[in-house]
Parts: sequence; structure tokens; C-alpha cells
Amino acid sequence: MTLDASRGAHDEAPPELVQLLTPEGERIEHPDYDVDLTPEEVRSLYRDLVLVRRIDLEAVALQRQGELGIWASLLGQEAAQIGSGRALTDSDMAFPTYREHGVAWCRDVDPVKLLGLFRGVNHGGWDPKEHNFHLYTIVIGSQTLHAVGYAMGIQRDDANAATIVYFGDGATSQGDVNESFIWASVFNAPIVFFCQNNQWAISEPLEKQTRIPLYRRASGFGFPGIRVDGNDVFACLAVTRKALEAARTGQGPTLVEAFTYRMGAHTTTDDPTRYRVAGELEAWKLKDPIERVKAYLFKNELADQEFFDSVDEEAAQLGADLRRRCLALPDPRPLDIFDHVYREPHALIDQERAQFAAYLEGFEK
Amino acid sequence: MRKAMEDDPKVLIMGEDVGKLGGVFRVTDGLQKDFGEDRVIDTPLAESGIIGTAIGLALRGYRPVCEIQFDGFVFPAADQIITQLAKMPMRSLGAIKLPVVVRIPCGGGIGAVEHHSESPEAYFTHTSGLRVVACSNPADAYSMIQQAIRCDDPVVFFEPKRRYWEKGDIDTSSAGWWTPFDAARVVRPGSDATLLAYGPMVKTCLEAAAAAEDDGRSLEVVDLRSLNPLDEAVIMESARRTGRVVVVHEAPVYNGFGAELAARVTEQCFYHLEAPVLRVGGFSTPYPPSKLEEHYLPDLDRVLDAVDRAFGF
Repeated sequence: MTLDASRGAHDEAPPELVQLLTPEGERIEHPDYDVDLTPEEVRSLYRDLVLVRRIDLEAVALQRQGELGIWASLLGQEAAQIGSGRALTDSDMAFPTYREHGVAWCRDVDPVKLLGLFRGVNHGGWDPKEHNFHLYTIVIGSQTLHAVGYAMGIQRDDANAATIVYFGDGATSQGDVNESFIWASVFNAPIVFFCQNNQWAISEPLEKQTRIPLYRRASGFGFPGIRVDGNDVFACLAVTRKALEAARTGQGPTLVEAFTYRMGAHTTTDDPTRYRVAGELEAWKLKDPIERVKAYLFKNELADQEFFDSVDEEAAQLGADLRRRCLALPDPRPLDIFDHVYREPHALIDQERAQFAAYLEGFEK
Repeated sequence: MRKAMEDDPKVLIMGEDVGKLGGVFRVTDGLQKDFGEDRVIDTPLAESGIIGTAIGLALRGYRPVCEIQFDGFVFPAADQIITQLAKMPMRSLGAIKLPVVVRIPCGGGIGAVEHHSESPEAYFTHTSGLRVVACSNPADAYSMIQQAIRCDDPVVFFEPKRRYWEKGDIDTSSAGWWTPFDAARVVRPGSDATLLAYGPMVKTCLEAAAAAEDDGRSLEVVDLRSLNPLDEAVIMESARRTGRVVVVHEAPVYNGFGAELAARVTEQCFYHLEAPVLRVGGFSTPYPPSKLEEHYLPDLDRVLDAVDRAFGF
């Protein structure tokens, strides 16, 4: 048998893609999925998209100025994150990777806390229970199992809630993600697997992860998979909302593959010009998640220039505020190293803390 | 575990074959019948999945007690234990707790095939954020598992599988449970040398001490019980008093837990020692086929040989 390396997920027959808003801003119908949004709600989604892009751009700039050690940009994935994030109810729980700044925004996590992690102030620092938004997980795919376990807890509590877990196309190769599919299926856990297929796992293209469209993986595990236009905030909202409702009503897991594109680098340490061609980027620019909502609002006269200007002004202020607060983040104190390693007293930690404190005090004499 | 499950409805048991079968060592026998499938969860066959979903259940307020079927099978779960279970509370600046117990039947001596007889404790004592304990007798097994389940920190709980068949009196009073599970215990007082051991080797050391008595040597045996944190007060007091220390464990000596003990005892008791701290343990080889394990595992004679060497300095 000869393996044809060029044959991969990109070359499959065009898959079904749930789309409710075209790149040109035309609203279209889908037989299974729909959203009924008021003009105010559409404007609110637009505002979310613009503001999270601004948070992201500001963070990239801060990294370039040496204020953050690294940053994982969400540029291009705003619709996938805002659409799915706004589908959640307060009692739903979200488990992110390290790129879900838009979902964090939807869960009211202060963006400066995200910056704190990348600045090296701490490893997270927000209270997951306060926001129903778990900590960022750096190891690829680990959080999918935590999410399934949490969903099993929801089952045992008989709560009206669901869990959503985010991961990328690269993560689908991980054992943990596959184990999480098995667990979720076997226990019929109330969970939505939200895969943002941004086409690249650092420099590895989708073809290095799979030879079939990712959403089809779900059928092998015994639950539905659906591919949605990840740059279409309406479609992401509709599909996620329906999947969450299925989870809450005992119908088990769904895999949502948001077909999108990472416009920037994997992280700020990466150089995508080494592995992808400019034409690909240009093609995806035409599918920009913000521009299509803007076009829709314009065409349908649901917003005027004053509205767009006001959102831009709000974004500018948000950026400036974020920059100011990032620079003002206090450095942790040396003895903070020992805090929160254990909940209960631990002799070794106490001993080392005391020794290090005495050592530090030696410099003050 | 039955007691813990009765006391707290949030306690769950999970693992491979823990339900109807009662675990391959029958440790959870009858629990599923009495507590139901939602609390005694037979899982798919994937160790990372067991620990990863236990973390999620703990985040939701449950207290999962996970069974890893055999020591050598903990490695597929090592990523979840080391990168997630141990570190997530710190990541949250203390906002979340993960009261997860990972039970691992450990060690050799039962004639098993490969991967069923290992002593992986050093991997986990090296990981901050975990508590690592090892019981050595039925009374401690009862007392320490109660405390491990009640503890708000993640606990790796080693159960010496060749001691599963031992019988002994159990103190079920609350006083019995609350002998701190991170405290070491002098299980046999002595004056000439100290044997430091934990888990399956405690019994071997007690046998060695009994034999040494016939030769006129008084050996003290200390059961560490907790490997992280370590009860240094008990260890150092004994070392200073006897002046000779032999560490005994089943794991390979090289880079094993005994190295940490030897270093700490030397650092803190240097002027009290009559001999270097000596170690007895497994060889720097994979655990051998079972027909050879009697040579690999420290026995009474190898312990006494080390004691002789300690007296030779």
C-alpha cells in the first residue's frame, strides 16, 4: 500500500459546514440551526469581537515590547470563541486551552489576569468557580479529561448545566482527547467538545493530525459531530447553543469542529512565514469574522457609523487601560514561591520557606 | 474505604474492575453493590482518563479515590498526576483544591509478570504538590486511607501488594484514625543501629531486627509512613541516638528515595554518625522475571549484611 501524503483532510469532498452569515455579510438559512437575534444582540456580538481582538493586539504589542514573556494570539478565531462563549449560561462550565481569551471575556475574567500569566506573575490566578471558567491548561489536551470529569459531577448533582471544553486540531492527536471522547460517550456526559480547527499546530498542518475531517471522528466514538464555519459568530452561537442544550437534557456529548484559521503565529515565539504561504493567509482574510458582522449591520441598517466609532473608541480605551494595568502588575514576592503548593500544612515546604527567608534576610543586615 | 464512603457522600471510588469484581485484589469488594454505580465507577481501560476525570470530579466538589491496578501501569497516568493533579491548586493561587487519592498496589514478591512488581515512589516524591504515603500493615492501611481521603491535597497512596493477605487488629476509633498520616513511627525500639523503611520492607526489617537480637545487636526500625512530607524529627532523633543508619526499600538504589534519606541524615546528623548511611534496595535493572525476584528484593540477610558493614567502619 502506498501512502499518498498529499491526500488529507483538506482534499476531502467539501464537508458540510454550518453557516448562517456569509463572508459578504449575507444572512442565510440552515435547516437545523438558526439564531433569532435582536439588533441589539447583534451589535453586542460585534462589540465583543472588536474588543477581544483589541485585547489580543494589545497583548501582542506588549510582548513585542518585552512586557510579556510570550502570548498566544487568538487573531482570526474571535467568532469561534465569542459565538460559543455567548452560548453558555452562567451555570455552564468552560475548560479552555491557553488561547481562549475571547471565551474568558465572555466569562467576565479580567483580561489583565490573562496577561499576568504570560507576564510571569503567576500561573493563572483567577478563581475558576467565580467565573465558571477553568484555568488555562498548557499541556495539550489534558483539560478535556478534566471537563468530562466535571460533567460527570454535573450528572451526579443532577444539575441543569453543561460543560464545554476547548482544544485545537493538534490536540485531537493526543491520547487524553481520545480518552475523553470515550469517557464522555460511555458515561453520556453532558459536555460539548469545541475543537477550534485553526489548521495549524505550530508548524504542523492539519494533514499531520488527521486524514478525515475532524468532526467525523465523533461518530467513531458514538456521538454526533458537526462542522461549523468558525469565522461566523452566528453559526458558532447557534450550533454551540443547540449542543449545550442537548447535553443539559441528557442527550450526551457533541463534538463541534469550528473550521477557522489562526491568522497570527502560534505564539509570539513562532514564525509562520517559515511554514505557510502568504496566499493562504490572504484567502482567509476575506473571511474575517468581524468584517462580515459589520457588513451585515451596515447592509441591514442595524448600526450607523456613530455606533462603529463608539465601539472603536471603547476598544482604544480598553487597550490603553489594559496596557496601563499590565505595567502596574506587581512582581510576586520571593516567598510567594512557597504559597499554595499544598492546602494543608507541609513540613518540607515550611522548612524550605524558613530557610529561604533567613537567607534573604541575610542581605538586609 | 467503606467507612469513608459512609461518612461522606462525596467520596467516589473509580478505576478498572473496582465494581463487580471488587478490584483485582478485591480491595473494593462489595462497595458497588452497596453504594451503586454512580459512586463506585468501573472506568474504561485508560489510566490517564481515570486521573484526568477524577480531577474534574474533584473540581466539582467530589473526593475521588482512584485505583491504579498495578504500579507499572501508573505511567500512562503520570502526565495527569504530575502536570495537572499536583500543580493545579497552585495554578489557581489556592482557589481550588483537589482532594484526589491515587491508590497504587506496589512492589514485588507475588510472582507476577513484568510491570506488576515495581516501586515507582521516587517519581512522585520528586513532584511538589503531591503527598506520598506508604502503609505497611493493616492498622495503618485503615487509618491512613481515612486520612488520605479526608485530606484536601492530592495523595499518592502506596499499598504493598504482598502484604494484602496479612491480618491484624484495627483501631476504628477516631483516635486511631488521627494518628497523623505524615508522622513516622518507631515500630521497634533499638539502640545500636536504625533501619529506615516503608511499605513492604517494614516487615522485612522487623524480621531482620529480631534476628539481629539473637546476635546481640539492638536494631531500631522506623516506619516512615509518609515519604512526602518526611517526618524528619523522628528520623534524626533515631539516627543521632544509634549512630548507624541503613535505609531499606525495594526500588533501585540508584537515585532512589533512599538517596534522599541518606543525604538528609548525613547533612543533619554528621557528627553523630559512626558510619556512612548505607542503602539496601533493588538493582539498577528493570524488575526481573519472577523466578529471580527473590534475589532482587532485599531480604533479611541483605539487610543484616548492610548492618554488618555499618558496624565495620
